[in-house]
Parts: sequence; C-alpha cells; structure tokens
Amino acid sequence: MTTVDSPAAVAVPRQPGRSLWLRFAVRRLTSLVAIFVALLVVAFLIVHLIPGDPAVGLAGANADRADVERLRHELGLDLPIWHQFLNYAGNVFSGHLGTSFQYRQPVETIVFNRLPFTATIALAGIVVVLLIAIPLGMLVGVLTRGGRRSWLDTVFGMITGFLDSVPGYVMASFLVVVFALGIGLVPLFPPAYAPRFGAASYVLPVAAIAIGPICTISRVVRRETAVVLEEDYMRTARGWRLPSLTRHLKWALPNLLTSTLTLSGLVLTGMIGGAVIIESVFGLPGLGSGIIKAILDRDYPVIQGMVIVIGMIAALVNLLVDVLLGLIDSRTLGGQHV
Amino acid sequence: MSRRRWNPGLVLGLVLLGMLVLTAVLGPILFDGDTLGTRAASPSGEHWLGTDATGHDMLARSLVATRLTLMMAAGATAIAVVLGIVFGTGVWLMGPRARGLCLRVIDAMVAFPGLLLALVVAAVLGAGGSSAVVAIGLAVIPYFARFTANLAAKVSQQEYVSTARLLGVGNTRIALRHLLPNMAEPLLVLTASTFAQSLTAISALSFVGLGVQSPDYDWGKLLNEALPSLLAGRAYQMAGPAVLIVVAGLAAVLVGDGLAAAANPRAARKKPASVETPASTAEPRAEYLVDVQDLSIRTGDTELVKGISFGVKHGEIVGIVGESGSGKTLTAMALARLLPEGLSSSAARMSLGDLDLLGAVPPRVLAESVSLVYQDPGTTFNPALRMGTQLTSVLRTHKRLGARAARQRMLDALRAVHLTRPELRLRQHPHELSGGMRQRAMIAAALATEPRLIIADEPTTALDVTVQAEILRELKRVNAHLGTSIVFISHDIGVVRALCDRVLVMYHGEIVEELVTFDSASHEYTKALLAATPSIEPNKELSHG
Repeated sequence: MTTVDSPAAVAVPRQPGRSLWLRFAVRRLTSLVAIFVALLVVAFLIVHLIPGDPAVGLAGANADRADVERLRHELGLDLPIWHQFLNYAGNVFSGHLGTSFQYRQPVETIVFNRLPFTATIALAGIVVVLLIAIPLGMLVGVLTRGGRRSWLDTVFGMITGFLDSVPGYVMASFLVVVFALGIGLVPLFPPAYAPRFGAASYVLPVAAIAIGPICTISRVVRRETAVVLEEDYMRTARGWRLPSLTRHLKWALPNLLTSTLTLSGLVLTGMIGGAVIIESVFGLPGLGSGIIKAILDRDYPVIQGMVIVIGMIAALVNLLVDVLLGLIDSRTLGGQHV
Repeated sequence: MSRRRWNPGLVLGLVLLGMLVLTAVLGPILFDGDTLGTRAASPSGEHWLGTDATGHDMLARSLVATRLTLMMAAGATAIAVVLGIVFGTGVWLMGPRARGLCLRVIDAMVAFPGLLLALVVAAVLGAGGSSAVVAIGLAVIPYFARFTANLAAKVSQQEYVSTARLLGVGNTRIALRHLLPNMAEPLLVLTASTFAQSLTAISALSFVGLGVQSPDYDWGKLLNEALPSLLAGRAYQMAGPAVLIVVAGLAAVLVGDGLAAAANPRAARKKPASVETPASTAEPRAEYLVDVQDLSIRTGDTELVKGISFGVKHGEIVGIVGESGSGKTLTAMALARLLPEGLSSSAARMSLGDLDLLGAVPPRVLAESVSLVYQDPGTTFNPALRMGTQLTSVLRTHKRLGARAARQRMLDALRAVHLTRPELRLRQHPHELSGGMRQRAMIAAALATEPRLIIADEPTTALDVTVQAEILRELKRVNAHLGTSIVFISHDIGVVRALCDRVLVMYHGEIVEELVTFDSASHEYTKALLAATPSIEPNKELSHG
C-alpha cells in the first residue's frame, strides 16, 4: 500500500540511476561470461557427441588406421576429457579457434572474413525493423483506437498476418525474382563480383529478413498502443490539455517501446537465425553460408568457431535490447521486466 | 472448455489445414513425382508448373512432397510439445531454488536463436531428414517449456491447487489432475503455432541442404533444387513449394489466432462519441461560476446521467457523493470535457463563467479554466518519464515558459503544496514517490495553469487515512488562499462532509438531494449513506486504510 510521506520514511539513494546502471553492468557482464562458457562447452561437445569415434569422424572416409591415430594424438583426443576441454578453452582464450580441415586455414581468419556480411545484414535488418514497425504499428493503433476505422484494423491484420507467414527464405526468393531479375532495380549479391554496387546489394537481403519481423512487431505495437492509450496517465495528459503530438510521442511512445522491446527481443535475436539462412539465397559469403558448408563438409573446427561467434552476436543483440530498454525506462534495469 | 465461437479466420485456417492433410494423404497416391519428362520445361497444359532440371513435373512433386513435409513438422512438434510440457511442469513441481535455477537456464536458451541450436544438432547428427526433425524439435523445447512453466505458475496460484497440496495430494497427481487440464487451451494454441514454425524451420534446413537428402524430397528440398533455376530465369519452378509453404504457415497462424480469439473473445466494440450539442441554449444563472443545466450522458441507448442541473459558486467547494455507477465521475468528466470514448453528452447549458463548455474551446483556455486531480492508484503519472518532465510540460505548453523558468515555477508550486525535497522529486520517476507525494504533485500541476475550477475525482480514496487528511487540508488551503472553486467527488460521505460547503447526492444518474447540512437529509438513499458512516468525526473514526 502507499507509504507515509514523511521525509524520514523515504530512503532514496542520492544517485538512484547510477547505481542501477552499475548493478546492471555487473550482472550482464557476468551473464555474458556465463553464455560464453556455455557456448564453449557446446562447441567442445559437438566433436565428442558425433556418433562413433571422433578421431575416425574427423579423419574422414579416406583415412587409414595410422592417420586416425596420428590425428587422435595431434588433436589431443587421447587425453582425459576435462583436460581436452581445458586445452580447447585455453586455445580459444588465446585467440586460436583451430585450423580448418577443408581450407587448411586458421578458423579465426575464416570467421573474420565472413563476419562483416552477417553482422551487416543482421544489424541493418534490426534497425530497419524497429524504424518501420514502431511508427507503423503506432499509427494504425492510434487511427483504430476505440473501434474506429475497423476496416483499417482488418486490412492491417490481413496483410501483416499473410506476410508474417511467409518465411524469410521464400520472401528472399520472391524478392530476387521481382526486383533483381524482373525489374532489375537492385543488384544481386555477391558484391565481390560487382563492387561498384556496394550498399545497394544489401537492400534485398535486409528486406528479406526484415519483412516478417516488421509484421510481427508492428502487430505487437498496434496492440500495445491500444492498451497504452487507455492508461490513466494518458487521461492525465489529456486533462492537462497537452497537444496530441506531445501526448502520442512523448507520453505514449516510451511506454510502448518498453513493452514492445520486451516482447520483441526474441524476434530480433531470431533475425540472426534468419540472416544465417537467407545468405544461401543471395550467395552471401557470410557466417551462415559458412557454417552450413562446414556442416556439410564435416569441418568441425570451423563449425565450433562459428557456433561461438554467432552465439556471442545473439548475446550482444540481447544485451543491446536491454540497454535500450534501460535508457527508456530505468526500472527495467532491475532485471524484472515491467 | 468454454463455448467456442467460430470466427472466419479459424474456419479458413481449419479448411486450409484440412486441405493440406488431404493432400498429404492423397498426394503420393494420386500423383507421380518420379516420372521424367522434358527437362526444364516451361509451364504448359501438360506440366502446369513446368518441370525441373531433370524433367520431374513440379506440380506433382510439390503435392507428393506434402506428406513428408507435414510428417516431419508433426514429428518435430511432437518432440517439442511432449518434452516441453514435461520440462515445463517438472520445473514447476521442483523446490523453489532448483526451480529458479532451471527457469534462468530456460530463459537464457529462449533468448537464443533456436536455429543455432538446430545447427549444432545437425552438426552432431549430420545432414538428413530425421536429424532435421530432431534438431528443430529440440530447438523449440525451451520455448514450450518456458510457456508451460509460466502457465503452471499462474494455474498453481489458484486456490484449488493449494487446497490439493494442503490435502497432501502428490506432485504427479497435481500436475495431471489440476495443472494440465487447466492449461489445455493455451497449450493447444501454442501447439498450432509450433507446428507452423517447425514446418518452416525444417523446410529452411532442407532448403540450405542440411535436411532431407536425395532421392527423398520435401518442400524445402524442392526449393533448394529450384534455386539455380531461379537465377537462370525459371522462377516458376519455385512456385509450387513456395506457395504450399506459405499456405501451411498461413493455416497455422489462422488456426492459432482463431483459437486464441475464440478462447478470449474481445469485448464488444464501442461506438465513437457523437458530436455534442453546438451551444448552450438555456439562460445563464448569474449566481453560479459553473452552471450546468439538463446534462445527460448516454452510451448507445442507455442513459447514464439523466438530465441533471447544478451550479458551483465562486470559491465554493461542492461535493458530489454517490455509489459507484451513480454517474458522479461521468458528470465531472463531461464538465471537464474528458468523457471516455463511446460516451456522448448533451445539455441545455454547461458554462464556466463566460466560457461556454458546449462549444469549441481552445485547449489553452480549457487548461486555464478547469484542472483535474484524480484518484491515485499509482498510474496517473507516466511511469516512463521523470516527474519534472511531466509536471513542467503543463507550464511549457500553456504558459510558453522555457525549461528553466518552468522548473522554477514548478518548484515553487511543489513547495506551496508542502511536498518535501522538491528538487529531488523532479528528478525522480513516479514509482519512487509515495501516493501522498504524487497526489501533492498532482495538485501542484492542477494549480500550475491557475484554473478557476478544480475537479477532484476521489483524490484521497487510495491513500492512508493520515495522508488523506493532509491532502484534504491542502485542497482546503488552495480554496481559501486562491479562491479556486472545487468540485469534490467521493463515495465517502464522511470525507465530503468535512470538506464541502454543499453536497449533491447522486443515485442512478440523478441528483436525488442537495444538502448544506446533513441534518436536513430527507431522501431514503442519503439516509442510508449516512447510516453506513460510523460517526460524525471522520478523522477519528475512519480507521480503514
């Protein structure tokens, strides 16, 4: 219940914001480390969970017995399992992710050559999604508040519902057919073959991974707008006769953003998965096409390295969403979402 | 389960799903996907969707592939649903510490793209149809477990579960008899959407070459084979599998949404408010600052306030009492021109001084005429903004003050209503203030525009008795020093009696009595209200919180 408002009863730290952020940073750094260790364990286990003898699996079909034994010793597979893990972890910490079986190249080189493509489409995709989905959902939410313009509600629901059920890779193929082959408006990947196109080559991949999440999130925003507009504080703002623009942008938007980001954090990290698949359509030489090729080639060091890197990207996107949330509403820093 | 409402989306979704299942059953029987014809033929009467690079009819192949695709999606869904429910309920039946740990692990897994886990599983098991099913099934488990655990948390707070626990019913029995049946409906909805997600995810794995391998084929594999032809300008080869994947996804989304909507039908939509009567028609009554004559408020055909008339003099505090639903708040909101959506009002006269409240009034004039103080359930201030931002916005908007001047004025106003440490309060968020502090801030904001009338709608109902008395004293002081008229709305006749010069008693949308002293009460309802109040001295006797 309400507290008595005598000065003595109110113990508020002098800088409530700063200590909240400090605690947030400590907690999130700890969890980043925990995620990193978990990814390390998973990556390590991939080799050991392969059915049968890992050394035989790693050596490939053409290897004879001597090759297998040499490889077993080379990779330290004859050591106790905890020892192997510590070796692996030590190597990763010193920046060595191993050597690719396929390319005879250090894995870290392969990863960092491919990282920019995936990072670009995933991050650009997330930015595009937020920039389009939030204004769109809010606009529809405001226009249809209290049962107004029910036709708009229906049309919006139908279009977003339909586009939402088109998977990214089907959308990608469709976009390629219409825009790259049909109209010839935007170039296809790879930009390596046509460097002069540069940023334009990213348009279709980003559109392909963004359209679905735009629909999902704008539906969330539309629903949240309807909820927020009915809140007591919106009535307070109306009672203060604040102009409509102030009420919607300054009063409603921050509240929308907190619930929207909380609900759509999963969608945004899921876009990294979308980016991984979409690269195949556009022949993008990113981490996604890389890990898929590595799985088909059974190139385990590359798989391990990419699992760790893609996992850390996802963790960083999660962190980014929570930092944004904290900037908008410091209450979310406590770890409990509002 | 409750009565199910059939909505068009649900029906369409079920029809689409039924057609797909029918195709899955009949496709491989009726069509032959292995006969070779002309290679890479364009669509024609013989091959509606053309043929692929080796000469297979694409339409036949797409339809035949339906069976394998749906079976794999069903397999992955079964893995996810069974293990997800087992983990989810299992977690809930653990001790609190183990439960907390497990929930955190599940949370961390949910926050990760499921596809990464699927790729790890695919890496271990190798590429192939069955490993794709296992990979996607395992990847969805955390979502399902999390959802089940949330539901279980909600259901297990119900009284019948705690009663069962008290009676010594075992955990397994509680899960089977009490938790699961009550979670059936939302879990069904989630199963529908999981099916769609597994379908597109397995197709994605096949599409990138990690799923079904030749000579078998599902939709994803067909898309994968068609990809080179896409770049060769034979896009029609993708049409069959692409359309079928979209139809399947759409069907599952429609069924999911439809089931959710049927389980939780939205409240009937309100009609937008109709336009108010253009201007006051009745003659003004000179003795009143606020003059309301024949005010009616209706929603649709129901009349909520039935033609009431009253007035408020300069510097007067008028109370409106009545039970909830009596129309007292609606009356105040109509006066403040803040009626909620769906309600319309009409009156012969509604004016404040020379201002006609029935006509068009610019927001600034309105702000400088009427201010409001609401009940404080902790939600009247915007939780996302600092108090300073909110409070000064009134001054910045209507008094056109700069940030610094507005802040200074607000600090003075906050001191005037005896809010402690006003500088700190302006930096804080609403949740960092107590209810009493917020209410003082609300009064300060109401005074900022120097209004002629303050409408206080149950301003002390949510507060402790001691704080309540302080807020009442504050309002009284404002009234005495600034001469502001106040309309004070309450269901608590004791509070009203202590504060107001005159009291209107409302009952079922009508003013049944107007009192200056309560001794003169004659209406049955007023007498009943008075009889329900313990004593004449509100400060001593109102002991409830």
